[in-house]
Amino acid sequence: MALDPATVRRIAKLARIRVSDEEVARLQTELSGILGWIEQLNEVDVSGVAPLAGISHQRLPMREDEVTDGGRPDAILANAPARADHFFTVPKVVE
Amino acid sequence: MSLCDLSLAEVRDGLRRRDFTSVDITTACLDAIAELNPKLNAFVTVTGERALEQAAAADRRLAADEVAPLLGVPLAIKDLFCTAGVRTTAGSKILGPFVPPYESTVTANLLRDGAVFLGKANLDEFAMGSSNMTSAYGAVVNPWTRRGDNAQLVPGGSSGGSAAAVAARLAPGATATDTGGSIRQPASFCGIAGIKPTYGRCSRWGIVAFASSLDQAGPMGRTVRDCAIMLASMAGHDPKDSTSAEVPVPDFEAACERGVRGLRIGVPREYRSDAMAPEIEAMWQQGLTWLREQGATLVDVSLPHTKYALATYYIVAPAEASSNLARYDGVRFGLRREGADLQELYENTRAAGFGDEVRRRVLIGTYVLSAGYYDAYYLRAQKLRALILRDFTEAFTKVDALVTPTAPTAAFAMGEKMDDPVTMYLNDIFTVPANMAGIPGLSVPAGLDVSGLPLGLQVLGKPFDEETVFAVGGAIERSANFSTLPSLRAGALS
Repeated sequence: MALDPATVRRIAKLARIRVSDEEVARLQTELSGILGWIEQLNEVDVSGVAPLAGISHQRLPMREDEVTDGGRPDAILANAPARADHFFTVPKVVE
Repeated sequence: MSLCDLSLAEVRDGLRRRDFTSVDITTACLDAIAELNPKLNAFVTVTGERALEQAAAADRRLAADEVAPLLGVPLAIKDLFCTAGVRTTAGSKILGPFVPPYESTVTANLLRDGAVFLGKANLDEFAMGSSNMTSAYGAVVNPWTRRGDNAQLVPGGSSGGSAAAVAARLAPGATATDTGGSIRQPASFCGIAGIKPTYGRCSRWGIVAFASSLDQAGPMGRTVRDCAIMLASMAGHDPKDSTSAEVPVPDFEAACERGVRGLRIGVPREYRSDAMAPEIEAMWQQGLTWLREQGATLVDVSLPHTKYALATYYIVAPAEASSNLARYDGVRFGLRREGADLQELYENTRAAGFGDEVRRRVLIGTYVLSAGYYDAYYLRAQKLRALILRDFTEAFTKVDALVTPTAPTAAFAMGEKMDDPVTMYLNDIFTVPANMAGIPGLSVPAGLDVSGLPLGLQVLGKPFDEETVFAVGGAIERSANFSTLPSLRAGALS
């Protein structure tokens, strides 16, 4: 399946990655190539097959709903590219 | 003979006998890294000072007759494992400034058992690649070259730095991870051993996530036994990873000596193709002959959905990656590129921080999960995955293990296979099915191709039966008696 430029831009928007016009053209070719190759899966009859999301050898474990970690704001904020006191900062989002 | 030539088992035993100290072997490794890393680029970060402190501490414990499984043994750590206080990049620009405040469970287990960390090994960006060419910190060079040809070869990927470091004898062992072949394919390309254990055997906590239902940590070493020793320390249940299995860790090292008498070894007919190089086919037949001579029975088996595993993988893995990599937003950690508003900040940060291959996979993953396409791609891939698992489950009712080639070729030159992403993806054709099914897979060096490059055989086993995998791998290793060395290595005249 060949992707059109508008679809490439829409996916890039959903993925929050800026792409230039030049890159859109290249990505169109690359992504269409990958998706075209993937289309071989359409030849397999999968009717009646239950989907498998992952390999789990056991039931997911349950535990008490209690705090097990936390209270370390300085360690967590140490990697923040921008911060003010114990907060991460971003451009203004509410007028 | 220098200390760098010793296997991990020999290092461990030599330290216990006080033949040399941990500072001696750690210094030898650091000297080898100083000499060869400028050529190989196997390490992104070398933590020499910290390593020598850890080695000195290990020597004090050894002097007090303390015994721990890896006490004083130096290791390389793939730069995908978070290490407290040591920069962890995942091979990406977006994590360039990231210094984790915590230690991954696997590396914490190794430290608990006395290991010394030499530094962080290079890798494909976010472990996405089969050549180590996608690292933001430069390509890794394979220590092997073709006979009579100086062309630089790739070490494979994504654990290319770990593989090159072990093959060139910069470290006796290394941690690695495998989502679609990232331990086994570079092991094959660099003439060393490496095992991806059963999904759930090692905790994924603190490992930078790529595709969470496929990712699994494992060791790389120059011998099967070295891998067994490391895996015993890396493995074990961890409440911090809900998919970590609550099963006992057996004596993997003892299993290496078990032999294969009475074992039934499956030979999957779908792994044979006309396109396979004659020398790979010949090595495969040789490996099977060795096993038969040692008392195993060969059984022809069928895994009918093998040919669809790779295309299935290239839906499942990018889908999970696009979700996992959503966290890199320029707000809480890592790289940030400012924008006029929050949306622009996200888009600028991710455009500047992700390389081409990562971007392609995030976009493919976003597409196959998007409204209107989910059923056609992602849901269909999940059904194919169920069929792939069923193939293995049925095969393992008839056999104890499967043996196949690890990769369709030997190491290729830098710049080859770069024209089209799908050509590069085909490298993982024999390794991806084990990740889809969650089963253990080991690569062991078995021979050389016509140009003198190493080739590996892959042993696949039942879930949580790494012991049989080690037994079969050990048997192949004994018959192969693989002793050829790469041209770039510690102590070699260059």
